[in-house]
Amino acid sequence: MSDIWTMIWKETKDSVLQGGRTAAIRLLLAIGILGLLLPWQLGQSWLALSPAALLLILYMPFLFTSMSIGDAIAGERERHTLETLLASRISDRAILLGKILVTVGSAWGMALVSLLLGMVAANLANGQGRWVFYGSFVLFVEALVLSLLTSLLATSAGVLISLRAATVRQAQQTLALSAVVLLGALILATRAVPAQVLLTPATSAPQLWLVVMAALVVLDAILLGATLVSFQRSRLI
Amino acid sequence: MPEPVIYLDHLSRSFGTVKALDDLSLEVPAGIVFGFLGPNGAGKTTTIHLLLGLLEPTHGQARVLGFDTRTQADEIRARSGTLLEFAGLYERVSAEDNLDLYGRIYRMPAPARQARIKELLTHLDLWDRRRDLVGTWSWGMKRKLAVARALLHRPPLIFLDEPTAGLDPMAAAALRRELASLVAQDQATVFLTTHNLAEAEKLCAQVVVMRQGKLLAMDAPDALRAGTGGQEAEIVGRGFTEQALAMVRSRPEVAHAELQRNHLLIELHGESDISPLVRVLVDAGAEIEEVHRGQSSLEEVFLTLMEEEKR
Repeated sequence: MSDIWTMIWKETKDSVLQGGRTAAIRLLLAIGILGLLLPWQLGQSWLALSPAALLLILYMPFLFTSMSIGDAIAGERERHTLETLLASRISDRAILLGKILVTVGSAWGMALVSLLLGMVAANLANGQGRWVFYGSFVLFVEALVLSLLTSLLATSAGVLISLRAATVRQAQQTLALSAVVLLGALILATRAVPAQVLLTPATSAPQLWLVVMAALVVLDAILLGATLVSFQRSRLI
Repeated sequence: MPEPVIYLDHLSRSFGTVKALDDLSLEVPAGIVFGFLGPNGAGKTTTIHLLLGLLEPTHGQARVLGFDTRTQADEIRARSGTLLEFAGLYERVSAEDNLDLYGRIYRMPAPARQARIKELLTHLDLWDRRRDLVGTWSWGMKRKLAVARALLHRPPLIFLDEPTAGLDPMAAAALRRELASLVAQDQATVFLTTHNLAEAEKLCAQVVVMRQGKLLAMDAPDALRAGTGGQEAEIVGRGFTEQALAMVRSRPEVAHAELQRNHLLIELHGESDISPLVRVLVDAGAEIEEVHRGQSSLEEVFLTLMEEEKR
């Protein structure tokens, strides 16, 4: 466990805090769009956590992960820091889990910040003269759990893509393309659903989100298992 | 007899049809700097990867610090320090944090970690720049920092893959001095790969010469020089006529003689006496100012071995 904490310490220093001005601007831009602009436009529908709002919140980890995991895996390999790490006593599993936990934590943290900021923006846009919390506390908690699960899904998929990429640029391009394709698929899927349904409060269907959660848990377990099998010294040298 | 720190028994490693290491057997005793010499493609880096258990051998076996590289590689890595071909430093992080990370990885308690970091950075003249991001440092400073990282947890065995590669002669000499002093202080065994033969000559108690994964020679540098290169003589003076040169070349103890301006360079067979040659030259009318004799350098031995292998 202490090795995982060491890797979390290292990843936080190397990737999150030292990402430079460009990374900070990209992060702020993403939070600005998903935590301020869209909640402002959706207003009451955002506060009611309609399917449209939830899909936006769940998409966020894919966007964030596409920016960060490529650097954490393919970038380390390209800069030859991974080779030195693998030559030390730390286990493959600690290296991988440290990277995954930091990326998931950051992506989930971003979703949480956007949810909280979005509440302020939607309240301001709504202009009812009083502050309201999200329509259903259960749905709010479900949104948090769902965003955690999608963060893990996006990160595990990102690790697998990065391990197969020859360079960090190739990894980032593939991840960015995947995020765009996913966004396109979401847009097409939501077009098939009447706008009224998309913007209706989802409080009547918390069970539906429980089913989605269960499916995500299964998918997460499969992808995480695949990353643990793939991330091995003998395959990385 | 104490167990060798490194023991290789017919170790081979192939990548597809390419044999990176071919049937290598050797023993490295404790407490010495062991030089692993060879040109690019000799199998130096592959050998380090095999010894650290990062690669599996195709044939043969290796034991490092008494542990099997196939089944106990974790134990080997826990007791080794490494500087691989690339420094592998985190350039967006400070020098102090780079060392702190590896101190944590090797589970050094915080006070011991901080004290050791200060000791190493001070010794290597990097302490004042410890909070700078490593990315802003020169190549030489980065190599020094990577050496410090390899020594940080006082491992009994240190792998150094071309530690002075890319350094200017002054910086390389300084790093060699510092490395020798730090290693002597910690009484560690060093497995040093290099194609810098002067470096091997200065640092190593024992060397192997490799070419394309095959062992060509293994001995102490002095013994290698004596066994392979023979003696050399340099005679400085004037009046070295063609006739005098022909007389020198005809002597049985002379392997090769060559005139470069007023320097006559002679390669001798074994431990031959040089005075009869001087007499021959004086009798032929030459005026002798100085006579020097010495052994071939390790570089000459290395080149001879490479030539012999090609043939």
